[in-house]
Amino acid sequence: MNIAAFASKRFLVPGVLILIVVLLATAPLYTALGTIPLMTTILMYIILAVSWTMFSGPTGYISLASAAFFGCGIYASALLFEREAALLPLPAVIVMGGLAASCFALIVGLATLRLRGIYFTMFSFGLLELARRLFQYYEFYVTGVRGRYVGNVDGNTVYYIMLAILVATLLTVYFIRRSRLGLAMQGIGKNEEAAAHMGVNTTKVKILTFALSAFFMGATGAIVATRWLYVDPTIAFNLNYSFLPLLMAIVGGVGQPYGPVVGGFAFAYLRHVLQSKTPYYFMLVFGAIMVLVILFLPGGLASLIERGRHRLGGLMSKLWKGDQAEHHADT
Amino acid sequence: MIGFIPKIIFNGILTGGIYALVAMGFTLQYGVARVLNLAHGEFIMLAAFSTLSLYVLFGINPLLSLAIVALGFWIIGFLLHSTLFRKLLKSSPSLGAFESSSLLAAFGLLFVIQATAKIIWPGLPWRVTFLAYPIRILGVQVMANQVVALSFAIGIALAFYFFLMRTRMGKAIRAAAEDRATAEFMGINTDRVLALCFGLGAALAGFAGVLYSMCYSVSTNMGMNYTLIAMIVVVLGGLGSVPGAFIGGLILGIISEILNWTQPLFAMPAFYVIFIILLLVRPTGIMGKS
Amino acid sequence: MPILEGQGVTKYFGGLAAVSHVDFHVDQAEIVGLIGPNGAGKTTLFNLISGAIPFKSGGIRFKGQKLNGLKPYQICRRGVARTFQETKIFADMSVLQNVLMAAFFGTPTRISGADAAREVTQALEFVGLSAMSATPVIDLTLVNQKRVEVARALATKPELLLLDELMAGLNSTEISEAMELVTKIRDTGITIFMVEHVMKAIMGICERIMVLHHGEKIAEGTPQEIAANKTVIEVYLGEEAHAGS
Repeated sequence: MNIAAFASKRFLVPGVLILIVVLLATAPLYTALGTIPLMTTILMYIILAVSWTMFSGPTGYISLASAAFFGCGIYASALLFEREAALLPLPAVIVMGGLAASCFALIVGLATLRLRGIYFTMFSFGLLELARRLFQYYEFYVTGVRGRYVGNVDGNTVYYIMLAILVATLLTVYFIRRSRLGLAMQGIGKNEEAAAHMGVNTTKVKILTFALSAFFMGATGAIVATRWLYVDPTIAFNLNYSFLPLLMAIVGGVGQPYGPVVGGFAFAYLRHVLQSKTPYYFMLVFGAIMVLVILFLPGGLASLIERGRHRLGGLMSKLWKGDQAEHHADT
Repeated sequence: MIGFIPKIIFNGILTGGIYALVAMGFTLQYGVARVLNLAHGEFIMLAAFSTLSLYVLFGINPLLSLAIVALGFWIIGFLLHSTLFRKLLKSSPSLGAFESSSLLAAFGLLFVIQATAKIIWPGLPWRVTFLAYPIRILGVQVMANQVVALSFAIGIALAFYFFLMRTRMGKAIRAAAEDRATAEFMGINTDRVLALCFGLGAALAGFAGVLYSMCYSVSTNMGMNYTLIAMIVVVLGGLGSVPGAFIGGLILGIISEILNWTQPLFAMPAFYVIFIILLLVRPTGIMGKS
Repeated sequence: MPILEGQGVTKYFGGLAAVSHVDFHVDQAEIVGLIGPNGAGKTTLFNLISGAIPFKSGGIRFKGQKLNGLKPYQICRRGVARTFQETKIFADMSVLQNVLMAAFFGTPTRISGADAAREVTQALEFVGLSAMSATPVIDLTLVNQKRVEVARALATKPELLLLDELMAGLNSTEISEAMELVTKIRDTGITIFMVEHVMKAIMGICERIMVLHHGEKIAEGTPQEIAANKTVIEVYLGEEAHAGS
């Protein structure tokens, strides 16, 4: 019976998760050279995919602006480094990146989240271009700088910061899901009018979550800038970073919290493998996968996993009940 | 400055004419088929590159390409809708769900088309000289190809407008867009109408791309800007309104030219400001219904 | 003072007046019915009251305060709850979660998790759904889904409840049960304003009935008065008679 208690979900899942985090945190000690940069990239994509899902998943408002918030963080970082020395301690730079993105999201949200989803999506599509042009304008007319150098930060440090941001993002998702905010978001996604009639201030909920999800994207951008070293508006604001997190989340499955994690891992790794061929082939493949998944598996991999789990769960409960029945029969 | 006004107007109408075609196609695809075609700009880019390739490889006059490309795109659009989007429509529990999933599919399509173009046509932006000699009209010096493009742009746009408003097919399209159930009831095969409309939208993108390639240099990255412009024009003119898209396109074209004279970098952010103001004040646009 | 009153309420859709200069009032703890042929403007009127659609002409007051321009969530928090003609449930969420949302957000002041849970339990007991709290709402029968809608409305602690065709699609027994439930709700002090097509219910529990036709109020009175009213019979009951019901 004691074994059964340990095997129960309450202890198993958190236990496994803690184990994973410990393994990841100690990775620099035992992994081969070159693995850490790859893992850093994978973590980055997972954060972006999870952040995207944080807002767009439950509410159903599809945001195409991830790259804009990511870019905001990158640029905030670039602005805070002068001649490769940070004006603020690194954690502060990360937070500033996050806040910059959040503020941007707040403004955009206030303007567009009161409207129908389709207008929001259209506007978010152009946000990237807008941000890029604004920064180009700023650099051209105000500062006259043609590209910024961001200070070099040790690879392991970048990795740890990325890991910390990922843990923070996942914890946020976890707590939101269990909170009344999460309930409200789900309600908005399933039937916004009904939710509004039950007292949910739908606009406020949407804007808050949108800004929150942007924070993590911005923070990630801020640390990534230190790997890229050279940043200018065209580099910072790149449509791929709107598409890839979305692809990862959809293929992974937005219905489950682990969906974007699975998708992020799979595609980040796939991209790494494919990118050694010509850079355009992998985008072609990814675009095609997007179309195919939308057509044939809209629930993503998570829906497959859940289906499998139900079948497995049914099997397990049959075995368990059978076991119980025998036990009772003895007494 | 005064002397520049005719030039601005001319360029504005040319740009606006192309914008109008782009926007009419986009609004048709959303208004009737309910697909927010994020890949619209990529179709324009594809048309532009195809025209150039046809000209360089086979010596085909771009004006002839207008017909070839438009027809080809109409067929591609029709097939795309009949297969991909119709399946999506059947498997979507609600219109909102369909709008979301078709949008995402279009997003994927964007990358498929863009990546394909980058593979087929690698290298620097292209420009081919076609009718690239200056002529004088009403005291303004312009390029011959611009005059041709402008005439065709306005001509096609007006022709399309009349098609939509006066012909039986056009009325059927508008009926299907207004109220699908009633249209079905009246015997209109709405599935086919939706696919035809989507195809027409693609054909309009084709026209725009061909005309664009006659006057300006093309690059595989040009698509996204045009999709954005389509969105802004369409919101300006009213989502789903073809006349609104036409007028909105012209207005935006002229504004764009005025801005190009003053602060070129400022154009896009300015459009965005217009976009935001529109969304805040009257999201249904000039001619849209609320 | 009536708990809900409207003066000159008008709403145009395009060129068509869906609701035209309607004056109405509902007194505290009354059960008032709103009837009329399809397209008469009944749901539109409800939509105006609950804030689902905006309007500029005319005024609607709840407990003396104007509702014009308020958003649905604000109107809900003031004490007006409603159900919908097409049940707007949160499909794959459980009954508990559906009602919990209302309990958390529908009250003017923030309540604790424990209090919310208690509200939910009470509301579910009241409508008779306690046994099904974990079931996904999409799996329930129509009558139970409607019970969920009512429980949700009750969980927002309303003083006025707008019921939009609650009985639609229910069989005879279910209608009687629903009538009992509505009366029970009124007996707790909540005022009821209900749109209905089911005559048995309207005549059975309403103390006063209003009749709309083409957006205008054409009659008002007790069930007996309405049943005898020639205009109403022509316009509405006559239609039903022709339909052979």
